[in-house]
Amino acid sequence: MNVVFDWPLASCAIWLPVAAGLLVLALSPLGASFARGVALAGAVLGVLVTVPLYAGFDTTTASMQFVESMPWIPLFNCAYALGVDGISLPFVILNSLITLVVVFGSGGRAGARPAQYDAAFLLMSGLMNGIFCALDGMLFYVFFEASLIPLYLIIGVWGGPNRVRAAYRFILFTLAGSLLLLVAFIALFLIAGGSFSIADWHRVSIDEATQTWIFLAFLAAFGVKLPMWPLHTWLPEAHVEAPTGGSIVLAAIALKLGAYGFLRFSLPIVPDAARALSWLVVALSLVAVVYIGLVALAQTDMKKLVAYSSIAHMGFVTLGAFAALDAGVSFDRSLGVIGALIQMVSHGIVAAAMFYCIGALYERTHSRQIADYGGVVRVMPKFSAFFLLFSMANIGMPGTSSFIGEVLVIFAALEYNFWAALAAALTLVIGAAYTLRMYQRVIFGEVTNPALSESRDVDRREFAVLSLLALGTLAIGLYPQPLIEVLRVSVDELLRHAAVAKFF
Amino acid sequence: MTLAEIRFVLPDFRLAGAEIFLLFMICVILIVELFVAKKGSETARKTAHALAQLALAGSAALICTANASGVALRTFSNTFVSDPIADVLKLAIILAVSLSFLYSSAKLPGRAALAKAEFYALTLVATLGMMVIVSAGSFMTLYLGVELLSLPVYALVALDRDSASATEAGMKYFVLGALASGLLLYGISMIYGATGSLDAVTVAGRLFSPRGNRIVAAFGVVFLVAGIAFKLGAAPFHMWVPDVYQGAPTPVTLLVASAPKIALFGFAVRALPGALAALSQDWQAMLLVISATSIAVGNVAAIAQTNVKRMLAYSSIAHTGFVLLGLSVGVVDGSAANMINAYSASLFYVLVYALSSLGAFGILLLLPGSEGEGDISALAGLGARNPLLAAALATLMFSMAGIPFLAGFFAKFSVLVAVVAAGSVWLAVFAVFFSLVGVFYYLRVVRYLYFDSAAPFGHAANIEAPAFLKALAAANALAVALLGVFPNALMAVCVYALSRSIFM
Repeated sequence: MNVVFDWPLASCAIWLPVAAGLLVLALSPLGASFARGVALAGAVLGVLVTVPLYAGFDTTTASMQFVESMPWIPLFNCAYALGVDGISLPFVILNSLITLVVVFGSGGRAGARPAQYDAAFLLMSGLMNGIFCALDGMLFYVFFEASLIPLYLIIGVWGGPNRVRAAYRFILFTLAGSLLLLVAFIALFLIAGGSFSIADWHRVSIDEATQTWIFLAFLAAFGVKLPMWPLHTWLPEAHVEAPTGGSIVLAAIALKLGAYGFLRFSLPIVPDAARALSWLVVALSLVAVVYIGLVALAQTDMKKLVAYSSIAHMGFVTLGAFAALDAGVSFDRSLGVIGALIQMVSHGIVAAAMFYCIGALYERTHSRQIADYGGVVRVMPKFSAFFLLFSMANIGMPGTSSFIGEVLVIFAALEYNFWAALAAALTLVIGAAYTLRMYQRVIFGEVTNPALSESRDVDRREFAVLSLLALGTLAIGLYPQPLIEVLRVSVDELLRHAAVAKFF
Repeated sequence: MTLAEIRFVLPDFRLAGAEIFLLFMICVILIVELFVAKKGSETARKTAHALAQLALAGSAALICTANASGVALRTFSNTFVSDPIADVLKLAIILAVSLSFLYSSAKLPGRAALAKAEFYALTLVATLGMMVIVSAGSFMTLYLGVELLSLPVYALVALDRDSASATEAGMKYFVLGALASGLLLYGISMIYGATGSLDAVTVAGRLFSPRGNRIVAAFGVVFLVAGIAFKLGAAPFHMWVPDVYQGAPTPVTLLVASAPKIALFGFAVRALPGALAALSQDWQAMLLVISATSIAVGNVAAIAQTNVKRMLAYSSIAHTGFVLLGLSVGVVDGSAANMINAYSASLFYVLVYALSSLGAFGILLLLPGSEGEGDISALAGLGARNPLLAAALATLMFSMAGIPFLAGFFAKFSVLVAVVAAGSVWLAVFAVFFSLVGVFYYLRVVRYLYFDSAAPFGHAANIEAPAFLKALAAANALAVALLGVFPNALMAVCVYALSRSIFM
């Protein structure tokens, strides 16, 4: 077994999917089914790599594991440094699973260029793993931005009628934030005496004013990605126009990058500014949670509804992380951050499932309007059962993964401020309202759409994908302990960093 | 007076061997043309092309062998310098000219006005001028080189004498270029008046000593910098750039947009930090304004363009701004600590820009018929018509936009590091903001390549171009990508060349 753990597993998690993606591109002229086979093999391999990663993971240490390091750009002291800890491991696994879901679930039927579609997701998957594994700021940034290219092309090439505008808004919004991130990284590089190592950044002392503007640059970059209100306007459009797979990856993984950035960079590197400005983040999160929840209530397009609900759910994540930072001493702060992380993983699974369900409906009737549906349960009973489970998970029903995350976040908010907690809890009601409203109108009632009445229920491929996602949400909902164990030590270490003042 | 008293020293011709060989070959090309079968025939052009490539290869070999000592050597009464920076710039210029000859061979056979030995001879004279510029040890040599570069290029722009737009562009270029030459000469005469010398080292020494008249010299610097900005095409002296880029035949645009930028970077380095280091406060402030204006004007004006050549012209203004930005932050509060970093960042930038620009115009040249004249609709659906060329062009556009893993990102990054290290965080944010504006129009090219279909424009289903030119375009894009993944080698060359060269 040890032989396996000595492999550069983090590198494998990054470059196997990338290599598979390039191979698919190169081999696509040889025939669609052949390219499809390679794509599936790449996605499966991507998941298999994470097995030894999880099996060999030591949950008792907060230090980075599976570390690899070699010089990359010696002139700027950039290193090709990779490693995983409890915070990144769940996302590497989630990302690889979601890629499998997308590649397998697409069924090789994505419009005119199925091979390129699969390849784009494989490339994306590798780059995303790179973001989660990078221990070097420059490497992180390079992966962070490079991952925009495949997603831009996915939205632009395979998207809906307004795809060009949506693709543009997606990339320009994200770049606006991340270019500020670049300036902040360069400043940190100089402050740390010429080092891009994230661990060095954790240690270096930074004066208060500098911390504040670095924090604001982080807020812009990760806030757009998350997305936080009022930087969220690109997301609903991107979701509506993106093909199903694009929406899934966007919701399940790409949004998590924002929250991951907050946890990896904002809290430990500029802790004083993070504490001083936690009110701002908490306030923005509450607006997202409540106001965006209300906006979701008014949607007529299912994808848009789930997109807005994603924003609201991501608001919970930042709420948990920053409320925990400033909660009273009697409170176990780790719980808030763990809640935020579980919420991230859970939303990754549930949002992927919701978008997959909507995609399945769209494939049959070519409409995403709630008004075009009704009586789906009469023609697609199995589908309706799955959809019910995921709708319940979206609401935060006990027994599903979202419940664990949301409850922990609300505990943290309660310690932070009673009214904040009340507002957060209120969204559970709003969430129930918009999700159940959609479910009721789409699934129950009479069949009014002729295209729908001829539809078949889920086929074997869809059944497999939905079962996998259902299993994920139920497993975390019923027995979250393994996930919490992975997170625990790293989160404690993170908060230890965040609690120490960095300027003297 | 005896001969011994004149102290005639035989110059070291070896150091200028490359230039002498090139001049010799230019004469050979012109003479050979007289004797080749039929004037204006394809054989005559091919012969001239082969001889031109031979001339470039021979010059490159002579550069590599002439001065391997790694220190600056002077000859021709100190008017000619051979040092690592000159060698690096000359090799880059020769590579750029050689590539532009290769790319041009796709279009020249169809254009009788251009397919002549004169095209090659004139280009080589311009190349000679560029080589003289980067080896200049005195202001006289600098001016000589600039004229030797400019005059053939005026002729080249108007070489297609039956084309109204080309002759108009040639006329504009000539009138404004002559004005710029006048400014340069006027500035040089003032510097001569202030210091009593044209020799770079003497001028530098006298300006530092109390004897130098710094007020007059500062006036000279104003004209000199304006002249350089004119020749480089930096705002607010950029009016000729879009007209010349668009009006000139694409093979000539290809040339104008690549090698001269490298040579004029050499001009700026020789003249400003080389000879006028004592006045760095003055010219740095001027360059700062020029570069900020260029970055803003170039990026904003490029948005409105529908012709790719014109768009790339404005983009070149913006890129020039970035190059000058690096030059303007070398000396901070009288300390030269940031100098090598800043100048090598600029050098890296200009090399990467020239390479990307060559590829982009080269691919335009490969498009059939009039599609190479730059209307953006010619690119519609290229992703389906020729995936290789489309991928290459998209790579170059993403690189110019500064998205990582591509060389353009590291070029911007290294300049920004120098800017932040000089303490100008706001300048970095400004540059970054306008880069974001730039992303918009680079992505428009990608949008035409992949998101739009060729059908409405009635393009042919596939592109017929010589296989080796397609391979060259792909290799060019691949080089840009590889320089992005492994930028250290070229960066190290830049640092080495600058740290071993003439300054202080």
